[in-house]
Amino acid sequence: MMDFWIILTAVLVASACSILGCFLILRRMALVGDAISHAVLPGIAIAFLMSGTRDSMWMLLGATAFGLLTVFLIQTLQTSGLQSDASIGIVFTALFAVGVLLISLNAQHIDLDLDCVLFGEIAYVPWDTWTLGGTDMGPRAVWMLGITLTVILLLLGLFYKQFKICAFDPAMAVACGIPVLLFHYLLMGMVSMTAVSSFESVGAILVVGMLIIPAATAYLLTNRLGVMIGLSVAVGIVSAVAGYLISYALDASIAGCIVSVAGILFILALILAPKNGLIARFARRRNIAQVV
Amino acid sequence: MKKESTAVAPLTVSGITVAYQRKAVVEDVSFTLPEGKLVALIGPNGAGKSTLLKAVLGLVPSISGSVAIYGDTYKKMRSRVGYVPQRESVDWDFPTDALDVVMMGRYGHLGWIKRPGRKEKDLAMGTLDKVGMADFARRQISQLSGGQQQRVFLARALVQEADLYFMDEPFAGVDAATEKAIIALLGELKRAGKTVLVVHHDLSTVEEYFDHVLLLNKKLIAAGPVETTFTPELLHETYGGKLAIVSSNGREALVKQ
Amino acid sequence: MLDWLISLWSDPNTRWILMGCTLLGLGSGVIGSFTFLRRESLLGDTLAHAALPGVCIAFMLHEVKSASLFLIGALVAGIAAVFCVSAITRWTKIKSDAAMGIVLTFFFGVGTVMLTHIQHSGSGSQSGLDKYLFGQAAAMVTSDVYILMGVSVLLVVAAMLLFKEFKLISFDPGFARGIGLPVGLLEHAMLILTTVAVAAGIQAVGVVLVAALLITPAAAARYWTDRLPVMLAYAGLFGALSGASGAAISTLGEGIPTGPVTVLAATLLFVLSLLLAPGRGLLSKALRHRNLKADYARSAERSALNAAEGGSQK
Repeated sequence: MMDFWIILTAVLVASACSILGCFLILRRMALVGDAISHAVLPGIAIAFLMSGTRDSMWMLLGATAFGLLTVFLIQTLQTSGLQSDASIGIVFTALFAVGVLLISLNAQHIDLDLDCVLFGEIAYVPWDTWTLGGTDMGPRAVWMLGITLTVILLLLGLFYKQFKICAFDPAMAVACGIPVLLFHYLLMGMVSMTAVSSFESVGAILVVGMLIIPAATAYLLTNRLGVMIGLSVAVGIVSAVAGYLISYALDASIAGCIVSVAGILFILALILAPKNGLIARFARRRNIAQVV
Repeated sequence: MKKESTAVAPLTVSGITVAYQRKAVVEDVSFTLPEGKLVALIGPNGAGKSTLLKAVLGLVPSISGSVAIYGDTYKKMRSRVGYVPQRESVDWDFPTDALDVVMMGRYGHLGWIKRPGRKEKDLAMGTLDKVGMADFARRQISQLSGGQQQRVFLARALVQEADLYFMDEPFAGVDAATEKAIIALLGELKRAGKTVLVVHHDLSTVEEYFDHVLLLNKKLIAAGPVETTFTPELLHETYGGKLAIVSSNGREALVKQ
Repeated sequence: MLDWLISLWSDPNTRWILMGCTLLGLGSGVIGSFTFLRRESLLGDTLAHAALPGVCIAFMLHEVKSASLFLIGALVAGIAAVFCVSAITRWTKIKSDAAMGIVLTFFFGVGTVMLTHIQHSGSGSQSGLDKYLFGQAAAMVTSDVYILMGVSVLLVVAAMLLFKEFKLISFDPGFARGIGLPVGLLEHAMLILTTVAVAAGIQAVGVVLVAALLITPAAAARYWTDRLPVMLAYAGLFGALSGASGAAISTLGEGIPTGPVTVLAATLLFVLSLLLAPGRGLLSKALRHRNLKADYARSAERSALNAAEGGSQK
């Protein structure tokens, strides 16, 4: 049963991240995803301080707001003329610093280990259960991730075409009358929500890994957005399950193993992808050379 | 100034000014487009041609002036406007094919929730055929040549079934076949009574392709029919010293230096 | 207040750490200016995360905690990571931001696996590897501080010696190649210096925050001047101030970590620069924009007035 809950959590994290990651990569916002997943830390810390527990929807909402604040700050700096990667770097380090400081200063009030901020503690997920009216409803993380994934599926299912055109050609989207800014913030809101609900399970940095690596792997394998999303989820889920099994064998961090497996799958795709892979490229090049 | 007709003009721009940082890029430009004409917007590099177009579409903010499309705001008349941006404005590595890109042109008509279906697909396919790209419908867009990409963009605008089109340098860097296809298409649009405003670079083809011209160099130098407005004097005023007029085969031609 | 400052200086250990952090801020501010101008601000972040497996391997090989070994491990891993990023962007359609994200998290993931493996095998508790993640300057021993200071001085001296070469490859690498500069070699040199700055900085401020030492002072400095030498001086000054305040304030209480305080000090300087710097700051920009708009309104009014007068005369 324990294993089941851990694997389920990992699979939920992987699914939510890999879907959103596709849009982040295509909009060249991979590093904004990185920034968000770090910058929700002060939100989580403040929610802890205010509510005293980690047992609340408040935490999810409050920390999600911090994710949106990050996006807003990055954009404000960019429009004021600062280059985009510097804006990202300044904003997320500042917010993460606030978060670390809050946690260190209130160590006795916040039941959150700093190591867990980076790696997460997915192994503790099954113990941290949610009780409603005296009945045990199962692990809290599974509930939070389940809600997040439902929101993602619902919004993307309804507004797939808007998200797609906003990613491909925002100017055209504006000209079509699509509220680009609204969909931008919806996407960023979903990324923030995912970052918050995955935070304790896999930690800040590995959320980024699950956001970017499966989506990039899928990007190498297909030329259609729908297929890309499907493949990305598949890569994410395979990494989650295989990573868990490997971590068991190595007696090492579960989240670390999951991301390592995802990375290895990426390398395989990089080498073997039918059209975009290195082998295919070199073969093509040799054919051309022979023809010439 | 006197209104030429009582019918509402497709586009009326009055006193529009756009500034980036300290510098005005487009200054106090006013003009009215006549219905059913092909209009070229010409001027030297950095004259603010693309910026003017974007300001009209509300893609960049203007610090003064107003725009009326068929006598109303752009927001209300959006469905009557089609826009072909510059080719460089999108990521051609995006995982999608030509047909799909053309279908995006229908998104504005579909409303919030509805997804593109059979009808949109047929429409897009028909339009791709019109621009001579039906054989490439399922091709990933990065595997198309520059000219083919441009034709896909045109098809995407056509499928919008607008009355007023804005095209940002559709002839830039395209092959002869595409250029021909675009001209044929412009002719067809004109016959259907549509109005088209094209940002154009090649002065030697203006007289052949267009009915009207707008001469822009930060300010509007002149606007009117090609015969009366596309004159050496006004061009000289627009381009400054960067223009030479040479005679070849007894025909006058204009060459940018 | 004064007592506190005196106590900082009188305790030899604190004094060394204070000086080390100040110099570190200075050195990374200067080198960071070049990475900022080359639009590679997040390179530091990639290097820092990628360093983890290098540090772990260095520890596994020698079973001791030593600043110099960590530095070498971080250096090797960082260079490997940068090589991977450029290979991915060169050989695939993946853009550089995603490539950085992939490499950063993959290296860190592998590093995490190694780190937890070490910790679970028992020797990890003395390794001090956990300190490495968040950085704690107070935990540094004198030999660490010596290395930190040596590295920082090296950074500043290298930036001064190679100033005009670095300036050129930051501004126009194509031209630099044209006049016969060994651009590849210089770019590698700059990469190594950046990696050294990051590896040294990790000890004081930690993996996640070390990027800020490179980016934030440089970005703040850019608002004050349009001249590169002046910008380097400002960036060095801002970096040094941040490092000093981080080290000083963290002595106030047991639980105050150096890294976040340093970064927040740098951020404060950045925000002040962003708002108040003459010319490029937001405040002076807003004033200018208002004047511009008012000018146009006035001239439009005037022309409307002229037109009205012309009409009435007819």
